[in-house]
Amino acid sequence: MTAPLATPKKKNPVQRTRLATLPPGARSRSALGLTRAAAEGRFELQVCADCATVQYPPREVCGHCLSEQLDWQTVDNHGELIATTTLRHSNDLYFRERLPWRVGTVKMAAGPVVVAHVHEDCAASGTVRLTLKLDRSGQAVLHALPEQDTPNMNDAAQLRESTCDPKHRRVLVTDGKSAMGIAVARAMLDAGAAAVFLGDPTPWKTVAAYDTLIEDERVQPVDLDVTDTDSVDRLAASIGGKVDLLVNTASYLRGNPGEGGILGRKDVILARDAMEVNVLGLMRLAQAFGPGMRFRAADGTNHAVAWVNILSIHALAPLPARGAWSASMAAALSAALTLRAELAGTGVRVVNIFPGPIDEEWEQLTPPPKLSPAAVAKAIIHALKDGVEDVYVGDIAEEIRARLRENHKAVERELGQ
Amino acid sequence: MTQPVLAQFMTELLSGRLKLVDLTQTLAPEFPTIVLPPEFGQAWPFRVEEISRYDERGPAWYWNNFSMSEHTGTHFDAPIHWVTGKDQPNNAVDSIPVDNFIAAACVINTSAESADNPDFLLTIDYVTRWEEQHGRIPERAWVLMRTDWSKRATPKDYLNMAEDGAHSPGPDAEVVPWLIRERNVHGFGTESIGTDAGQAHHLNPPYPCHYYMHGNNRYGLQCLTNLDQLPPQGAVIFAAPLKIRNGSGSPLRVLALAPSA
Amino acid sequence: MSARPRLGYDGVVVNLPVTIPYARYSTHSAHWWLGRALGELIRGSGLAKRDVDGVCVSSFTLGPDTAVGLMQHLGMSPRWLDHIPMGGASGVVALRRAARAVQAGDAEVIACIAGDTNQVDSFRNTVSQFSRFAQDAVYPYGAGGPNASFALLTDYYMQHYGATREDFGKLCVAQRDNALKNPHALMKKPLTLAQYLAARSITDPIHLFDCVMPCAGAEGYLVMTEDRARALKLPFTRIRSTIERHNAFPEDPIQFRGGWAMDKDDLYAHAGTGPEEIDFLETYDDYPVINMMQFEDLGFCAKGEAATFVREHSFTLDGSFPFNTSGGQLSVGQAGAAGGYLGFVQAVRQLTGTAGATQLAKARLGMVSGFGMINYDRGLCSGAAILERGQV
Repeated sequence: MTAPLATPKKKNPVQRTRLATLPPGARSRSALGLTRAAAEGRFELQVCADCATVQYPPREVCGHCLSEQLDWQTVDNHGELIATTTLRHSNDLYFRERLPWRVGTVKMAAGPVVVAHVHEDCAASGTVRLTLKLDRSGQAVLHALPEQDTPNMNDAAQLRESTCDPKHRRVLVTDGKSAMGIAVARAMLDAGAAAVFLGDPTPWKTVAAYDTLIEDERVQPVDLDVTDTDSVDRLAASIGGKVDLLVNTASYLRGNPGEGGILGRKDVILARDAMEVNVLGLMRLAQAFGPGMRFRAADGTNHAVAWVNILSIHALAPLPARGAWSASMAAALSAALTLRAELAGTGVRVVNIFPGPIDEEWEQLTPPPKLSPAAVAKAIIHALKDGVEDVYVGDIAEEIRARLRENHKAVERELGQ
Repeated sequence: MTQPVLAQFMTELLSGRLKLVDLTQTLAPEFPTIVLPPEFGQAWPFRVEEISRYDERGPAWYWNNFSMSEHTGTHFDAPIHWVTGKDQPNNAVDSIPVDNFIAAACVINTSAESADNPDFLLTIDYVTRWEEQHGRIPERAWVLMRTDWSKRATPKDYLNMAEDGAHSPGPDAEVVPWLIRERNVHGFGTESIGTDAGQAHHLNPPYPCHYYMHGNNRYGLQCLTNLDQLPPQGAVIFAAPLKIRNGSGSPLRVLALAPSA
Repeated sequence: MSARPRLGYDGVVVNLPVTIPYARYSTHSAHWWLGRALGELIRGSGLAKRDVDGVCVSSFTLGPDTAVGLMQHLGMSPRWLDHIPMGGASGVVALRRAARAVQAGDAEVIACIAGDTNQVDSFRNTVSQFSRFAQDAVYPYGAGGPNASFALLTDYYMQHYGATREDFGKLCVAQRDNALKNPHALMKKPLTLAQYLAARSITDPIHLFDCVMPCAGAEGYLVMTEDRARALKLPFTRIRSTIERHNAFPEDPIQFRGGWAMDKDDLYAHAGTGPEEIDFLETYDDYPVINMMQFEDLGFCAKGEAATFVREHSFTLDGSFPFNTSGGQLSVGQAGAAGGYLGFVQAVRQLTGTAGATQLAKARLGMVSGFGMINYDRGLCSGAAILERGQV
């Protein structure tokens, strides 16, 4: 059984920091269908629309009936582990540094035979659960897990290579005075984070929940205003080498619905203020903290691992009643995707959270369902533990996401009403 | 005739018998700006982005872009800032006649009272008692209310926000029209974030300093510092806002000339 | 099995086995190795260059060239040209293509050559660009190269059929004994079973001496009519029968048998012989487990009984069941695609009496089998040929 992950030792300051290596990331275009599923935590393989044969590895035409109608579908993820091996040698730099490494052959109940990473708690043969997770290259890989959860299974070294578990990690929560920031900080502490740096953009403002939170010795209050380059740079100079996980909770939403469109306003100040926080703030944080995280992407068991952006489902489909803010969310998403590409070379994962409306002051007039900040924080923890990178939180986000796939024009027209 | 006066002025200045006092706060991102209820438009704080610093963005030079509102940092309020002054002639920073940028100043020291009571309000009675001691306020002089508020080091202490809003000293609703009517003052200046008290929205009229001063084409100065280095009477203030077209105010460098003690 | 009777290979023979001595690493390109093999064949045959009117090429490291580019490089103008990208099955498959071409008169003399260079990075480059399925579904799991794939099927084979490391070791040790008599073999030192068993694990249950050593080298042979061979006074071997099969048994969850199992009856029927008549066997041996499968699937023992078969024979040149008489890839080295020719060329040596110190006392009928292309989780190509000593 997996031993619980030990508290990382303090770093030896005269030892060189090892740079990140990545597992092989080249994939055929078809195989990126696996990555799409893994990014959202689904288990999908191609299924032939004509003969229902489940395919693996991904194909262009059905290996059974040669139909080109291959659809990605959720399939039964169970299978029998029929052979295993433990790699004790590899020519690949990434695996060389992580040996021994266990892989196996799984005959899936759905049909195909797959090679998968095999969890240390799996017996040499028997039923396993397959999951699709992103590895450090950002591409999907199959992990064979025990049929039932085992204690500490997330602590297994191989599995941790596909996840971003906050356990023993140090987390920067950029705006700790917002309800979201407080919820995220609490969730990180509950998930075993070693430390939370709690950003304070408004030292002049008293927030009781913030004051309560910083009484916890694991929480360190830090001044941080993402609209102020100097403030961001100063903080990065101070703690940039200690941030293993960054959750950008800094967010700007103002105006009641209908006051935040384009024609509904006389100026672009609201838009500009939204861009300042939601877009330029993200970029400032990236420029200040990205280099340190990139450098520390393989620095011990608690190496820098993930960057979380709390966006909105309206990054994908604007809510015209909040048009300026929606535009800032779309821009933030675009910036986040660039950051994802820029950090990809080191394995630091950019996780984008797409919630529906949050139950907060500026959504007072938005009818339910609305998400509590705690629910979003919980989704973030799950995303990090499960190793996914795109998370649609709540019924509204999931519905808009599903409907965008069905008919994005319908979404466009209906959100505009 | 002018020549000898200026030459004499320079002699006094160079000899040290006259001193220049900088009444300006440093513009820095963390310097607070006024906080309005969040549904209102907000003034931008001072923000600076480096353009280049002898690097690949500009090898031999250093410079910055900055942004802020007209009412960030030590700043000047023009009459057009307030609705009561919107129809006054020459009411914007670009149209105010430049001779208004030099004026005498009276410094009323309320620092003891302000230390005891952050909601301290300057009254007619207080001013008349001050005049008994320091002499009558001259025509077209700035009245500067010294509170030592500028010595509050952190934004939190400076803004002094509570659940019911900011708490900082200022004039009451009677003294402002009295200063205009009875003393024909040039304007009113403070060390805190506005010319009005932190709780001035509860006065009648709300924000009386803005209401009356600008309604009478007078000016405001706020976020001043070093008022403790000025005499109660006898200083001269240089306060020239940036020439922003139709500007409601402007950050500026405020300099005082005063006899050395 | 096809209802139509297959034609025999009457009048077509194989001769002039050549090997360009292997090197662990080479600064030359594949062109150099292939060119040298072709040169040896032409000089050895006594033919003019233009008389070789057909060429068949196998190589992994020839890129960006193909067989076509190689012809210009070597100044050849063949009227028949083929490129066989089938790895370990290339030797047998090249024979099948060439023999039919000569038989049909499309070419008179065909040079079949295979060779690869091995520069320090060649193996990793070949592996990383080997196949799409491997790129998508094998390399991301740390299996850079066939070690892990073979480890998995070895694990399965051991679990199901009771083969032990000692059984694999016995084959490796016997092959090393044979290799000590082969001047071309890169492995020059004897190997004991104790050394085999004590070797470090590479990828459980594959240990160091279960793995071949990548190297540079080339192999070749000629295919021509028997009449031409007699005219040139070149000893030759006849072709009694051949088979090939690709992607056999796709429904098997893991490879425990190869395509030979589908075609062995055809192989023997076409040759008019049986396994008991075969004097020696040259298999494709990149890992010992695949030798076991070939014993079974080619009918030398029943499925699952290879371990017992191994325990009953010695596999050495002078013992029972002579096997991989050159030492095989496990002891000679794996020169890329030439590995798919190694056993074939050695068989032609045995059957033309040119095997030198490795020459068997009795070598009338020999079998060569090939196996290649771990495209995803298993080897896809299999082939075999039964060859017979020709009477000059």
